Amino acid sequence: MNSLTLSSPEQSGLLHLANLNIDFAKRSAAAQTSSISETVAADLNRMEAENLNVWYGQTQALFDISLDIPQNQVTALIGPSGCGKSTFLRCLNRMNDVIESCRIDGMIRFDDADIYGSQVDVVELRARIGMVFQKPNPFPKSIYDNVAYGPRIHGLASNREDLDRIVMESLEQARLFDEVKDRLHAPGTSLSGGQQQRLCIARAIAVKPEVILMDEPCSALDPIATAGIEALIGDLKDAYTIVMVTHSMQQAARVSQKTAYFHMGQLVETGTTEQVFADPVDQRTRDYISGRIG
Amino acid sequence: MLADRLVVAALFAGSMVAILVTVGIVLSLVFETFRFLQIVPLSEFLFSLHWSPQTAIRTDQVGASGEFGAVPLITGTLLISAIALAVAAPTGLFCAIYLAEYASSRTRAIIKPTLEVLAGVPTVVYGFFAVLVIAPILRTGGDQIGLSISSESALAAGLVMGIMTIPFVSSTADDALIAVPLSLKEGALALGSTRSEAIRKIVVPAALPGIMGGMLLAASRAIGETMIVVMAAGLAANLSLNPLEAVTTVTVQIVTLLTGDQEFDSAKTLAAFALGLLLFLVTLVLNVIAQHIVKNYREQYD
Amino acid sequence: MTETRNPTLLGRRHRNEKMFRFAGLAAITLAITFLGTLLVSITLSGYSAFQQTRIQLDITLPADPQTAGYQGLVKQALRATFPDVSQRRDKKELYALVSSGAAYEVRQFARANPAKAGTGIEIWLTASDNVDMLIKGKVSVEDEAAVRRLSDRQVSWIEHLTTTNRLEKQFNSNFFSNGDSREPEVSGIAAALAGSFFSLLICLILAFPLGVMAAIYLEEFAPRTWLTSLIEVNINNLAAVPSIVFGLLGLAIFLNFFELPRSAPLVGGMVLALMTMPTIIITGRASLKAVPPSIREAALAIGASKVQSVFHHVLPLAMPGVLTGTIIGMARAIGETAPLLMIGMVAFIVDVPKGILDPATALPVQVFLWADSPERAFEERTAATIIVLLAFLMAMNLVAVILRRKFETRW
Repeated sequence: MNSLTLSSPEQSGLLHLANLNIDFAKRSAAAQTSSISETVAADLNRMEAENLNVWYGQTQALFDISLDIPQNQVTALIGPSGCGKSTFLRCLNRMNDVIESCRIDGMIRFDDADIYGSQVDVVELRARIGMVFQKPNPFPKSIYDNVAYGPRIHGLASNREDLDRIVMESLEQARLFDEVKDRLHAPGTSLSGGQQQRLCIARAIAVKPEVILMDEPCSALDPIATAGIEALIGDLKDAYTIVMVTHSMQQAARVSQKTAYFHMGQLVETGTTEQVFADPVDQRTRDYISGRIG
Repeated sequence: MLADRLVVAALFAGSMVAILVTVGIVLSLVFETFRFLQIVPLSEFLFSLHWSPQTAIRTDQVGASGEFGAVPLITGTLLISAIALAVAAPTGLFCAIYLAEYASSRTRAIIKPTLEVLAGVPTVVYGFFAVLVIAPILRTGGDQIGLSISSESALAAGLVMGIMTIPFVSSTADDALIAVPLSLKEGALALGSTRSEAIRKIVVPAALPGIMGGMLLAASRAIGETMIVVMAAGLAANLSLNPLEAVTTVTVQIVTLLTGDQEFDSAKTLAAFALGLLLFLVTLVLNVIAQHIVKNYREQYD
Repeated sequence: MTETRNPTLLGRRHRNEKMFRFAGLAAITLAITFLGTLLVSITLSGYSAFQQTRIQLDITLPADPQTAGYQGLVKQALRATFPDVSQRRDKKELYALVSSGAAYEVRQFARANPAKAGTGIEIWLTASDNVDMLIKGKVSVEDEAAVRRLSDRQVSWIEHLTTTNRLEKQFNSNFFSNGDSREPEVSGIAAALAGSFFSLLICLILAFPLGVMAAIYLEEFAPRTWLTSLIEVNINNLAAVPSIVFGLLGLAIFLNFFELPRSAPLVGGMVLALMTMPTIIITGRASLKAVPPSIREAALAIGASKVQSVFHHVLPLAMPGVLTGTIIGMARAIGETAPLLMIGMVAFIVDVPKGILDPATALPVQVFLWADSPERAFEERTAATIIVLLAFLMAMNLVAVILRRKFETRW
């Protein structure tokens, strides 16, 4: 994590906390004006997990997770590797169905219904809860066809102009349009890493989801690309609800409004991001944030 | 270190045998073909539509003209191979899709080796099966619906050859499908695709080079196949594309020309080598193209 | 959660999904049905060949086993069983109940049991194939005499012999002890088995060392030059060359140029070795490649030479994979027919070959030859030969699988 060499873990931990607090100070200052709308929005939950338990075969990966995902906010899931945060994220759009040995117990509420209910159509669900992956995975097709894939299969465009419009708007929202508008038919794989990830975000946006799940979206990118994506996420939260897994606490501090700390499959602590970073309640959270573990 | 040097030299010699074999194949085929073409002109071999291999017993024998036109053999080979591929390609591809994308790992562990059994059965057994079971069924079935199906029909031979070829197509297609990174499929699913949409629109197109390479290899195998057609297909060169009729193939004629007592130098024997060279070149070209496609188009999504 | 954006489209998409999945399942079912039909039809055709109808006769052996005239003894014994047969034509029909090889069987028994010379014995002799087909139910008593190839009189004699327990189905030892024959009832696969054995032996002796040597060289020692690439391309192409081309090579070079004997397992084995070598090389290379570099580095680090590291450390670890590949190559070779046809192992072989230069045939070729024969009795024997061939294949593949499971180490 920190590349500073200090003489004791205590000192490095304190420095760590200091850095985070500085980040917060900056953010709070910028967020003064929008604080009212944020408080109102925070009362509405877009999704709720209730007593969620997940097993891979015989191994239990998540223990009794109950977490609310507030609307139009960025919720960060943090914790050391292997703590189950990605597993939890994948439960939110039922991507864990793809894994044969995975078993789920508990409920995840979306629009007052359990997404694991028997009446739920997974195909529709995933159009409303989109996902961006850790390593950008554009299809081996053109940029245009990548973004148009979703609208095509869901029948969202009635003609070619409609589709063009959707593609353009999605690329603009993802802050990619200007860079690629002259080469929409170039393969998606010809873009740089950061551009590819924005393409994947555009692709997810094109099906007009309500929630966007992001699984460590910047971990495969360089710092400049990362900054670009983080700025984008800040914009996106006004239109979408975002849940983001990140292994970087600084990123969580910069980008999210709510933070949940996972530790060995358990949800240890959750609260507003300021709360969790400035004054963590649980000792395990403290240890993680101060850099003693992780 | 001298002992080491000798050892390596011996190993090198061993691997040169591979080249020797290829050289031997090419030389013997070319040499005999050359001698054949001194008796029968190339234009007749490649373009004449009649195949009736006769050789004169005496040099002054009247009416001993044989004709060595390979076209009916080529069409017969292509007809039967086409029928075989028509059976094997869709069946093999869908088997692979099901195994790679839908089957549970336990199902897959049982079904995949079972399909491999089809590949391990000797071709002479398939030939016997074609004669014993398939040809009579086709014959009586044809009688029922008023079609006259020959007992040595291209359909019978092609059907059985197709059955034999299924595991080749399914095995190579399965490898190609599995090689597609999971992230691509998950990306499609996360956008709300059904499984078949993700497979049809994303996975199969990504695996296409490997699948096509496998089909070409299967075609090459069908063209070079001998025993099934020797036992189930006909001997008379019939220039026809009707699968209900009896046709003969290049491999059948090679066997017919060479089994039985005749002098090594007669035109009939040499014709067999000319046919052998034709077969070798065609399968070589198909194999090279197949490997080229698989290698050069694989990097597209890495 | 119930509001959907495009319900008709959604419905159609789900229907397509179901049909697509069903197509996959149907393809698998079709393939397995094909396999099942193949195996079942051949087993049903062939299992009856493992039994042979025999007739028991009372014969007085001659005092001197070396004399001829056993044919007469057999005829005499038949007449003694049915004393009221007098007409010449009827006698011919009576004699036709036993195989033409029956006299030979008596002779073999007499010579093997000199102590019984001059005494009366009860001996089970092979019945003719027409009788055999009737007893096995391949033809029926209701069929016309022309179809069942037995006259009504002969049928009555058969019934009499059956009720007096002088006619029954027994294990068909002829099948495993005799070579080929014009008469199906005394024909067997012994010659073909020996021929296959010798051919495979030669194939193994030639292909295994050469293949392993080439694999070791290419994987461990070969520099990245154009020559190495050429060799590799060659091997990949050879693995896909039709087998009949190898037969042509054998014909042109081994038979014609080197003038080796036709129909000999030596030549058959050489041709099979050429075909099997690419497989051994390719699987051998894969096994060598699977051994992690750390093994080689460790050996070199304690001062072993490259050759020593390969032969003492890498090769033993790769051996299970190499052996598995060899067994699979052999399994393919045992079923190959076309190249053996080309080099003449397709003759009518009665005597069991004793060496690699004796004329021989092979199991798959025997199938091919008998499949062409018009006699009905050969049909079941062809299928039975296939059963034997498939049994060998299954055994070999089982050994390969067990080998792989037992020695497969996950690095």
